[in-house]
Parts: sequence; C-alpha cells; structure tokens
Amino acid sequence: MEPVDIGLWGVPLAILGGAIRVSTPFIFVSLGETITERSGRINLGLEGILVFGAMAAYAIAVMTGSPWLGVLGAAGTGAVFGLFHGWICKFPKVNDIAIGIALMLFGSGLAFFFGKPFIQPSAPDLPAISLGWWSDIPQVQAALSVNVLFLIGAALAFALWWAFRHTRAGLIVRVVGDSSDAARAMGLNPDTVRLLATAVGGAFAAVGGAYLSLYYPGSWNEGISSGQGLMAVALVIFARWNPLGCFAAALLFGGAGALGPALQSVGVTQGYYLFYAAPYILTLAIMVATSSPGRSLAGAPGELSITK
Amino acid sequence: MSGQGLSAVGVEAVGMTMRFGGFTALEDVTVRVPAGSFHALLGENGAGKSTLVKCMMGFYRPTSGQMLVEDREATIDSPRDAASFGLGMVYQHFTLVPSLTGAENLVISREKVPAVIDWRRERKDLATFMETMPFRLPLDVPVRELAAGEKQKLEIVKQLYLGRRFLVLDEPTSVLTPGEAEEVLGIVRGMTEAARLTVLMISHKFPEITAFADDFTVLRKGRLTGSGKVADHDRKAMAAMMIGDQPIATLDQRKPVAPDAAPVLEVKGVKAPDRSGLKSIEIADLTIRSGEIVGIAGISGNGQKEFFEILAGQRPPETGAIAVKSKAYGASRRESRALNVRYIPEEPLRNACAPRMTVAENMAFRTFDLDSEGRPARWISAGAIRRFAADLVARFKVKTASLASPIQSLSGGNVQRAVLARELTGRVDLLIVANPCFGLDFSAVAEIRARIMKARNEGAAVLLISEDLDELLELSDRILVMSDGALVYETPIATASVQTIGEHMAGHH
Ligand SMILES: Nc1ncnc2c1ncn2[C@@H]1O[C@H](COP(=O)(O)OP(=O)(O)OP(=O)(O)O)[C@@H](O)[C@H]1O
Ligand SMILES: [Mg+2]
Repeated sequence: MEPVDIGLWGVPLAILGGAIRVSTPFIFVSLGETITERSGRINLGLEGILVFGAMAAYAIAVMTGSPWLGVLGAAGTGAVFGLFHGWICKFPKVNDIAIGIALMLFGSGLAFFFGKPFIQPSAPDLPAISLGWWSDIPQVQAALSVNVLFLIGAALAFALWWAFRHTRAGLIVRVVGDSSDAARAMGLNPDTVRLLATAVGGAFAAVGGAYLSLYYPGSWNEGISSGQGLMAVALVIFARWNPLGCFAAALLFGGAGALGPALQSVGVTQGYYLFYAAPYILTLAIMVATSSPGRSLAGAPGELSITK
Repeated sequence: MSGQGLSAVGVEAVGMTMRFGGFTALEDVTVRVPAGSFHALLGENGAGKSTLVKCMMGFYRPTSGQMLVEDREATIDSPRDAASFGLGMVYQHFTLVPSLTGAENLVISREKVPAVIDWRRERKDLATFMETMPFRLPLDVPVRELAAGEKQKLEIVKQLYLGRRFLVLDEPTSVLTPGEAEEVLGIVRGMTEAARLTVLMISHKFPEITAFADDFTVLRKGRLTGSGKVADHDRKAMAAMMIGDQPIATLDQRKPVAPDAAPVLEVKGVKAPDRSGLKSIEIADLTIRSGEIVGIAGISGNGQKEFFEILAGQRPPETGAIAVKSKAYGASRRESRALNVRYIPEEPLRNACAPRMTVAENMAFRTFDLDSEGRPARWISAGAIRRFAADLVARFKVKTASLASPIQSLSGGNVQRAVLARELTGRVDLLIVANPCFGLDFSAVAEIRARIMKARNEGAAVLLISEDLDELLELSDRILVMSDGALVYETPIATASVQTIGEHMAGHH
C-alpha cells in the first residue's frame, strides 16, 4: 500500500505508535525495579541486566530459532544477576547502590564479551499483533502494530498493582520495604524477601532487554541500549512506586520520545532536535510540579537507602 | 482468629543472662508471671527491661536462661516460636507498618495468610472481631495517619486478633495522653480479670502501676533487685529497689524573674501550614524573657510539633518574624551558634541524632568543627571528640556499652540524656524543649527537670512545650495553651488552674 498523506495527523499518530513501541522496555524495567524497591532495595544494575538480557535473548533465539525461548532464557539470566545482587547486599555494610553500579558495568561488559559472535547472524523477531486492521491507512496500521510483550507488560502492570494489595506475597514485600523491624517482629526474614524481589526485578529487566534485541530495534549490537535501564529507575520514583504509574510514565516517556522524529517527518526542519530532549524535560517538569519541600516523597518505601 | 474462648497462659523466665559483646545487659534474672495476672516490670533507663522481654520473646537469643510456659520448658528461638505458644509483644517503638492500612497490618501478621486475600471476607471477619473490642478503630487508613493513641490501641488489637494469651507491653503509655493511657490499660486490665490474657508491662509511671498491676519485679543494672505484690509495697519501697540509695535530684529554688529582664525570643505574626497542609499554625505574639520558663500546654496534634519545627528551622513560615535577642533568626547553624540557641526536640533519636553514628559523634555535633578557642577547626580530631563525649557521658550519667556504639543501640532514656548533655553544655541563652521526659524513669525525670531549672536560673530563656500538665505546673513561670494552631490562653503560674487550662486545651471556653 502506498503511504497516504495525512498531514499533521501524522504527529499524534507517531506519538501513539512511539508510545507503544518505545515504552515496552521501560515498562518491564520499571515494573521490575518497583518490585525491588518496594522491598526496600535499589538495584541500579538493571541497565547491565537489560543489556545482558538483550544479548542472551538474541543468542538463544539465533541458536534455537525461537524468540520466545530467547525471552525465557533472558528472564533466567536476569534472575541470576538479581540473585547475585541480592546475595551480596545481605552482607553487613554493603551498599546496594554501589553494588548496582558495579553490576551495571559487569552486565554490559559480560554481554559484549559473549555477544561478539551474534552481531552478524539474524534472529527471528517476536510476533506483533495488528490492531490497525480496521483502517486502510498504512500509518495507522503501522502505529497500531502492537508487540505481544507490550500487552504482557500492560497486563503485568495491572496484575502487580492488584497483587500489592490482594496477595500475601505483595503485602510481604510492602512490609519488608517499609519497616525491617516490623518484618522481623512478624518472623519474616527481610534479606530473603529482598533477595527474591531483586531476582524477580532482574528477570523483568532482562525481558525488557529481550524486547530491544528481538523486536525494536530488533538486532544485537553493543549500542543496543540508550540508557533505558537507568531511565526506568528514575521512572519508578516519578511513578511513586505504583505499577500503574510506571505503565503510564513509560507510555508518556515513549510518546514524548517520538515527538522529535514525528515533527521531522512532517517537514519541520528547524529545532526539531530540541524535541528529542522532550522526555527528559517532561520528566523534570512533572517531578518539580509534583514534589514539595514541605513533605517527604509520598509512597516511598521506608527502608530505601535513598529516602532513609 | 479471635481471642475468644482462649484463656490466659502463665510464663516464667528462669536465669536469663544476656551479653552484648563484653557488656552484660542482663544477669541471671528470674521472673514468674502466673496466668491471668497483670505484672509490672520496673527499672531505671538502661536497666535491661527491654532486653529481658526481648529475650523472652525470642527476639534476642539469651546467652543463657530458660523459658517455661504453663510450667513446661519451652524452646523459643524466634518471635514465631513465641507466637506458637501464644506469647506476643507490643514493642517500645511501634512495629506497625506505616504505609499499610490497619486491616492490612492485621491480616498480614497472621500465622496463616492465604496466597490471595479475599478482602470482602476478611473485612467481614474483622468487623465481627472488632465487635468484641471495647473501642472502635479506623482500619482502612494507612497507619501513618493514625494518632499515637490509635496506633497503640491497634498494636494491642493486633495481638488479640492473633490470639495471643500472654502479652508484653513495653512502655505502652509513654506516647499516650493520660486519658488514652487510662482507657487502654483499663481495657487490658479487664481482659486479665476475665482470664483471657496475662500481661507483663514495662512502665516508669507509678500511678498506673498502683492502679492496674497485681505484682511487680524490679531490675537494676541488669540484676533482679526486688519483686512482690503491688498492694504490699508503697512507691518509696519500689523506688528504692530501682535506684538503690542514690540521691534524687531536687529542683533549685526558682529565682524571681528580674522586672527588666531582656526579651530573648520574640515571635510576631508567624504563620505556616500544618502537617496536613489543610490547616495553619498562627502565632500572633510571643515573647520570652531571659530567666523565665514559658510552658505551652495542649493536646498533641494542635500544632505544637509544627511550632517547634518553625523555631528549629525545619518548617519555613509563610509570614511573620522571629527574633532572638532582637536579631532576625532563621535557625541556621551559624545563627544558633552565635545566639546560643539550643534545642531538645521530642523523639530525639529521630529529630536530634544520626541513629547509626556513634554516641561520641552524636554528642559532638555542636562542637566537632570548633577548636579549643571556639574558632572553626581545620582538622577534626577524633581524639578530642572522644574526650569531649567521655566527659559528658560521665557528667550526665549516660549508660552506653561504649562511646563507639551506634547511638540507636542505647535505651530510649539514654538517648534522651545524650541529647540533653549535648544541648545543655556551654552557654545557653535560649532553650527550646519539647516533651523532654517521655519514657524516662523517675530519677531521670527529676534530674532533667532540675537541669532545665538550673539553665533558667543561670539566665536562659526557656520555651517548654509539653503534654504533661504536671511538668508544666512544676517548671513554668507562665503557661500558654495551644489549641487548633493558635495560642488561646495565657496565665502566670500563680493563678494557673488545671481546670481552666484543661478547658482551653479541649477547645471550649
Ligand atoms: N543491641 C544492643 N547492642 C549493645 N548494647 C545494647 C543493645 N541493646 C541494649 N543494649 C544495652 O543494654 C542495656 C539495657 O538496655 P535496655 O534497652 O534493655 O534498657 P531498658 O531497661 O529497656 O531502658 P529504657 O527504660 O530506657 O527503655 C543498655 O545499656 C543498652 O545500651
Ligand atoms: Mg526499654
């Protein structure tokens, strides 16, 4: 089909498409980090886990021919990294932020080391569902071609939001994250809970990486991540540790990121590159608007080392 | 899940010893609490009371000692083990999870929680359970929004909900108003009389011990120094067991305030939003002169905390002027040092300490960056900090395992003393104090009041914010009442009446 000229309508459409396409890794990483931070730990190593997950997913997909096995494999490696972080952090006087930074470098380095042979071969892509069948405008169809992982991510956001209130595991994570003393008085072991929460967080982040290498942009190379792992950690704070907030923040961030390219495509030739900074400016603006010096960050888990 | 139909259990701790490194916090202590009795555990700050009950509950593993439940040996290695015998504890510091609602707190602390919680059913069960309680509680708001009294009631409700039949209460009333304290203890007393519950209560307050307890045990420096029936002993006998023959500090004679005494603190038209941001604090006009103590009475939550925060620079006022010795005052470190302003906030561990730094470091916060002549020091000397702290620890009798322990390992009362020592050292022109005697034993209370009076007699202006009316009547030269964010009543001490002050506190006058 020939592209139809839809004029300025292209901009909101591109933003919508961008929101869906770009947001998926943010959704996964920020949901994972929400679980970890709700348990009272910060894992800054998610960026490294994301890159390693991208590599692992791609490699497994190349070798087995199945992108889904790639995603599963990536989740497994992410969980191992998470366990590693959680295990080190349980020793006294170990700082979770420092370990996270080390893990970030370690994960990326390891991914580049093992990933060298997989830069050339091409892996099968994750499938997408076309939700734009009702329209015959190709731009609409392109924007509404939705990857399955995005839908899973959206479902997970709702499931997590529900689970934090309605399941034993969810409540236990919140207890441990808010007060170690209360947790111990209940006979819970905070270290164990945090270990598991960090492992799950790692698995989520690695799935975010798998999306990068297996769908969008859809190849493995050393520049695959443009800091999504780190930005997602900031999104968690922005979203006030609320899974639904994470989902919304990821969409907003993805949509704002598509603004620059969209303006360029409709013929704006000057200054459009300023709009590439839109996601960051937007995040900053909302952060400033919603915080106040008079009260502490609402919703922050009490045991987090940054809010303590 | 409810505690109905279950009956109280008797507990005995035999030969409990607890050492923290080389420090013996508890030595060979035996306590017997028969089923259905209300037992009081007394002792000075740092005597080892909390340590003893934490050993009994499996929170600490005692160096040696044995627990008996219903006269049978019981192995209790964790709070979970204790729970399986029906033993529960309300800790000195709240252990509710602040961001969870009351209902969530109750359900998650249960032994068996289903993987998926059916809130409709739980809420119905909770409502039925709460009907057996003599009071109502909001269970659907996050615990952090509850008042102290409500939290304390919820702690006790939680233990009963969990089906505990032996309950340790560690200073349950230190954060409650007298009315709330009476209500909560009355409820608990009723349950022991109905043989539903056995209670072991740690307390520093003799009136509530005589009113509610059957038996008592006294600890001193980790050893058992006495026990018996409350009815057979008077206050003096129990006090002697607690402190031995140490003298109790007495208040200095109150020097008259000079008629021309200079104003030290002047607050004019200060306005700021309160904690919730919905109401505001307005102090129209307050002047405190050198050598007088001005007491501020009020029911907690009427803006006293916010007023303290304004004066301490923790809460910026929207309008108005604060002056100390006629100089505009913004509560910076430089200003407070130049004008000799000192603070003793409530909950000092949270508001005046860095909990994980050492005792010595915390005590040196005001002076660590000055050299011996009071000029900014180039190098910070760990030795000087230690010597300075060692001197204060000795003079203010702070009990600590060592100067290098984190200050959070000190008992509640000793944290208070450490902060007091820091703030009252050197020249003090203005002293701002909030509830200085929460959780302190009676000899420490006497001593702290004596020190505040001494500071006043030496010319300091003192602002004393307190919820304890007796304390205000004992120390103040003038009493003001704070209600709904404003100072609504003032009286010199000579004409102060509990009746009138109480009416203004309650807001009807
Ligand atoms: N974890 C710990 N490590 C080292 N020393 C400790 C620890 N816990 C308590 N101590 C010390 O043991 C002594 C007894 O403390 P404990 O908390 O039992 O006193 P307490 O009788 O409850 O006093 P208070 O009335 O002030 O609450 C104190 O000197 C305290 O410093
Ligand atoms: Mg204690």
